[in-house]
Amino acid sequence: MTTGPVAGPAAVAGDPDRDDTDRLLAELPPAPAVWCSGLRKRYRRRTAVDDVSFSVGRGEVVGLLGPNGAGKTTVIKILLGLVRPDAGEVLLLGRPGRDPRARARVGYLPELFRYQPWLTAAEVLTLHCRLAGVPVPARERGECLALVGLADRAGDRVGGFSKGMQQRLGLAVALVARPELVVLDEPTSALDPLGRADVRDLLLSLRERGVAVLLNSHLIGEVERVCDRVVILDRGRVAAAGTLAELLGARELRLRLGAVGDRARQRLAAAGRLTHSGDWYTVMLPPEEDPATVPDLVVDLIGLGVRVHAVEPGRISLEERLLDILRTGPGGGQR
Amino acid sequence: MIARTVLTVAALTLQEAVRRRVLRSIVVMTVVLLGLSAWGFHRLDAEFGAFTTGEARIAASTVLNLVMFGLSLIAALGTAFLAGPTLAGEIESGIVLAVMTRPVRRPAVLAGKWLGLAAFGSAFVTVAGLGQLLIVRVTVDYWPPHPATGLALLAAQTTVLLTLSLLLSTVISPMASGIVAVGLFGATWIAGVVGMVGEAFGNDGVARVGTVSRMLLPTDGLWRGAMHAFQHPGLSQFPAFEDSPFLSMAPLTAGYLAWAGVWVALVLGLAALVFQRRDL
Repeated sequence: MTTGPVAGPAAVAGDPDRDDTDRLLAELPPAPAVWCSGLRKRYRRRTAVDDVSFSVGRGEVVGLLGPNGAGKTTVIKILLGLVRPDAGEVLLLGRPGRDPRARARVGYLPELFRYQPWLTAAEVLTLHCRLAGVPVPARERGECLALVGLADRAGDRVGGFSKGMQQRLGLAVALVARPELVVLDEPTSALDPLGRADVRDLLLSLRERGVAVLLNSHLIGEVERVCDRVVILDRGRVAAAGTLAELLGARELRLRLGAVGDRARQRLAAAGRLTHSGDWYTVMLPPEEDPATVPDLVVDLIGLGVRVHAVEPGRISLEERLLDILRTGPGGGQR
Repeated sequence: MIARTVLTVAALTLQEAVRRRVLRSIVVMTVVLLGLSAWGFHRLDAEFGAFTTGEARIAASTVLNLVMFGLSLIAALGTAFLAGPTLAGEIESGIVLAVMTRPVRRPAVLAGKWLGLAAFGSAFVTVAGLGQLLIVRVTVDYWPPHPATGLALLAAQTTVLLTLSLLLSTVISPMASGIVAVGLFGATWIAGVVGMVGEAFGNDGVARVGTVSRMLLPTDGLWRGAMHAFQHPGLSQFPAFEDSPFLSMAPLTAGYLAWAGVWVALVLGLAALVFQRRDL
């Protein structure tokens, strides 16, 4: 491993060479939250993970997508040291994955979420803070339970919790020790629609706070709404990876317009390929995202006397693109 | 970091032992056994009128060892069935996933579980054993020569069995690990009795069965040491009692105690190695 990111510096006073090194290290950007390269894992004759490499930047929300058995959970377990890879390197927050200290600032909600049934919800959080070595005051732990909607169940034994409540507790466990990286494996599998919306808000608030998130979810809409980047796994390999714009390519804009003259039509056509049916006009915008394109178009149309009733951004959905990639390969050609 | 993990997990294991149903079962079994023994010793005392002092001592020693064997069996069953689910059960249910992704080393978690279980087993043996000794003291006025040594050896026997149970629980299912551990415990005791019969008949081959089994799993050897500490010292002068499975003629040697310590360290080390390499 030669290209791995560098861990944060440790200041040692009194050694000029060391000071220079420290300064140099301090100027480097912080190591990614997750960096893995060439991960491989075989279970007897079945290859579960084959040459998987990707990274999650600090404060970035990355979605891990793929069909059942694609190796998503195995990749997550390798990253967190639960499964030993046959080959490959892992760095978490700049430390080698083999070193338990790499997980000091990592929160994890497993796909199979179960917590000690003989403990209360509050005791589970206390236990995890102790194991993480992070002294979190009781008030903050209480806030964490409140955040996942379990404030009034803090003193109840986990054994009496429903699946949905256990998953909420799992989210609190993942968040309680002030993580810099949160790994969520199917975080909404047991939640009702309200719970799913809560998780979405939670993910957005984590991104605002600069916490990196690796999200494995079957709910593509969820991933599309919150993720900066997506890694698509298929049969243990990375089938495609990139930002949503890169993966989805062309965007479309749907407008409901009245009093559209020839000049307005020309202006619409200048923005991208134009189709229309009745008073609905659809413009295919180029893939590169220019934030001024849509407002400029609307201002120009109004200036040309067009009555604008509705403007709707549209995309090829991630679901369509995912199915396309899984059926035909990332380049679009038949495998 | 390691000490923090060990102590946190040990405290958690103790909390689990106290809060789970297995504790209630152990308490009920112990109370029943102590109650029956109190009644039995009371009846024995009523018959003592016909006994000489020596006969009474022998009877009290034998019955005390018999009841202590019952107690050690409860302790063995209890800790074996606690040790199995605590690791294998947590791997099976997924509880272990959230714990192991904390900045902890797996051997430290295993050591914490072992420490918690050993503390629980030793506390049980001490409390229940002391209760039994007091019952004997009150009913037939007998007090063993080395009560502390005896109780310590019983605690050591429990610790040996729970260590084996922990090793088994890193490789097989929760219930199976408990059953296999208790089965091996029983088999070693029977092998010990067979060995004694061999010694009584001067058959070296059969006698070796007991010696070998006591080396492979030191529970029976430690139990014999505990019996020797509980029984009346005068009994060693009567070779006629050599064949009794509930009396022991010789104290434990320092070498055997050292071997028991090495055995625990080896088995715990092996369990740590297996657990360290296992995919969760």
